[in-house]
Amino acid sequence: MKKIITLTYLIFLLSIGSYQVNAAEKTDLLKIDWSFKGLFGKFDRGSLQRGYQVYSEVCAGCHSMKYLSYRNLSEKGGPEFSVEQVKAIASSFEVTDGPNEDGDMFTRPAKLSDKFVKPYENEKAAQAANGGAYPPDMSVLAKARSGGADYLYSLLLGYEAPPSGTTLDEGVYYNKYMYGNNIRMAKPLDDGLVEYSDGTTASEEQMAKDVVTFLMWAAEPHLESRHKMGFKAIVYLIILTILVYFSMKKIWSRVETEV
Amino acid sequence: MSDHDYQPSSKLGKWFNDRLPLLTLSNHLREYPTPKNLNYWWTFGGILTFCLIVQIVTGLTLAMHYIPDSDLAFASVEHIMRDVNYGWLIRYVHANGASMFFLAVYIHIFRALYYGSYKSPREIIWIIGMIIYFLMMATAFMGYVLPWGQMSFWGATVITNLFSAIPFVGEGIVAWLWGGFAVDNPTLTRFYALHYLLPFLIFGLVALHIWALHIPGNNNPIGIEIKKPSKDTVPFHPYIVIKDGFALLMFMIVFAFFVFYSPNILGHADNYIEANPMVTPAHIVPEWYLLPFYAILRSVPDKLFGVIAMFAAIFVLIILPWLDTSKIRSAVFRPLYKQFYWILFIDVLILGYMGAMPAEGLYLLIARVATAYYFIHFLIILPILGYKEKTRPVPLSITEPVLGGSPNLENIKKKII
Repeated sequence: MKKIITLTYLIFLLSIGSYQVNAAEKTDLLKIDWSFKGLFGKFDRGSLQRGYQVYSEVCAGCHSMKYLSYRNLSEKGGPEFSVEQVKAIASSFEVTDGPNEDGDMFTRPAKLSDKFVKPYENEKAAQAANGGAYPPDMSVLAKARSGGADYLYSLLLGYEAPPSGTTLDEGVYYNKYMYGNNIRMAKPLDDGLVEYSDGTTASEEQMAKDVVTFLMWAAEPHLESRHKMGFKAIVYLIILTILVYFSMKKIWSRVETEV
Repeated sequence: MSDHDYQPSSKLGKWFNDRLPLLTLSNHLREYPTPKNLNYWWTFGGILTFCLIVQIVTGLTLAMHYIPDSDLAFASVEHIMRDVNYGWLIRYVHANGASMFFLAVYIHIFRALYYGSYKSPREIIWIIGMIIYFLMMATAFMGYVLPWGQMSFWGATVITNLFSAIPFVGEGIVAWLWGGFAVDNPTLTRFYALHYLLPFLIFGLVALHIWALHIPGNNNPIGIEIKKPSKDTVPFHPYIVIKDGFALLMFMIVFAFFVFYSPNILGHADNYIEANPMVTPAHIVPEWYLLPFYAILRSVPDKLFGVIAMFAAIFVLIILPWLDTSKIRSAVFRPLYKQFYWILFIDVLILGYMGAMPAEGLYLLIARVATAYYFIHFLIILPILGYKEKTRPVPLSITEPVLGGSPNLENIKKKII
């Protein structure tokens, strides 16, 4: 009986581990080694900064990120831009504030504490500008699609000519990885679309990887501290479990039965 | 019981204990004679108490930051995840804690099924346990609605709509549950209130569950009545406390693994999309722990009878002490029951899997067979088995089989040396 229990426990632990691997291996999604996966997974700082550049130059025209504030860009575990850099980024956006003492609304440059400025006033305006399709908010997008980062990466690189015989409506594009293969977003990335300030070649794959890394951070800004704390917590628990095991053995040695 | 004779040693203790016998209670809990042959499947009672406390403490903390409003709920969860100090930790512990709670409760229930712990004189413990289990499902369901994601909204819509199957008054009941004509803000606020209330009812029932347990005492792997206290028992403290503690730590390692390394694996990706009444998700799936019941619900073609079957699946468990006619408790001495037990176990796993698959074609057929078998097991096999089965001889005491085993002889030798 005891062996069965030990075995069940081990199988359970292993299956959690393998399930994680399997869950990521959605048959045909493109796979790359994400730096943020695994027990010690961390974000690649350079990739996050480049990812923000891709987001702000390519995606932000249509996609909002309403749960992020500009201050997040300088926080630990994120892209870690310097505070001055982020202040400069923020001040390039205009936000409506007020009412002032005269009761009027006014605009001012954004501050660190402001949320990312949205590209459209509201959902209807976004739909009107995009042929009826609403570009989803990107704050938690990396967690809101099954397949997560791999799915987003695949989607960005999954544009191809539709198979012969398929006719697409006006403003609809063919994407291998999209649910139902029809997507309203035009192919967003092309080689050399942005010019990286750190000299990295802006290939399509590189940009996709960078922006998905950025989106993963946006969805899970405390991922690094979670991994760090998790490792400490589990090591602590294992040591404590071993100590308790031996005290249990000692205590039960007084009884004529095994534990 | 013998611990009624307990006298505190200090004068103050005596004075207090005469007025409120808390010291007698604590002495009873320490000395509570427990069968010494309990295996690790018996540690899940303690683990479940831990789970309940974790859920209440983390839930209380989340409630300080969460806003039950259909316009703000989703954003307030993101606020917890991003800006509240360690909010991500508290929320992930709470969300995965629910899954861990159900994992533990399923092990606890299947342990009771294997060792016949629901049989006389423990029927009341079992029935209270089943009520707790039912309330847990209700609580978990309402908790899943609170983040106000797509699965929250559509899950709530599907489940509350079940009540519309009730003839004549169904529609009225659904509108009453919703507080309107669709799942909306009034639904969210009342679910929040109930999600806050039910855990405390569960807490009270857990106290009754343990009280009812302490009257006949624990069942044990060989399922015989034992003299208490005797050579067959050990005092709860320190023996069971340390053993439960050890098992709890093993459990916490698994728990921590989920919280820190795959916190979203047990949830559905769609729940990170804010609820939208205009867009229905491709597949509406409940949380994993409700899947077997969901499969039963969908395998019946008629809506009303589907709902009845689903509730009946829980009800047969409540009357189980009277469906199982065998006088022998433990499956160890019931060779046939043991086989049927494992078939039932696999049957429930199949139901769970089918609950996650679309209800069509082969999936639906398998789900129907599995549903039928579930009821056959409880309503036909168990009553008949009690009369037909040739059981193996049952030992008179725990010490008898325990001392017979070879590894324990070494233990005794060690003690002598």
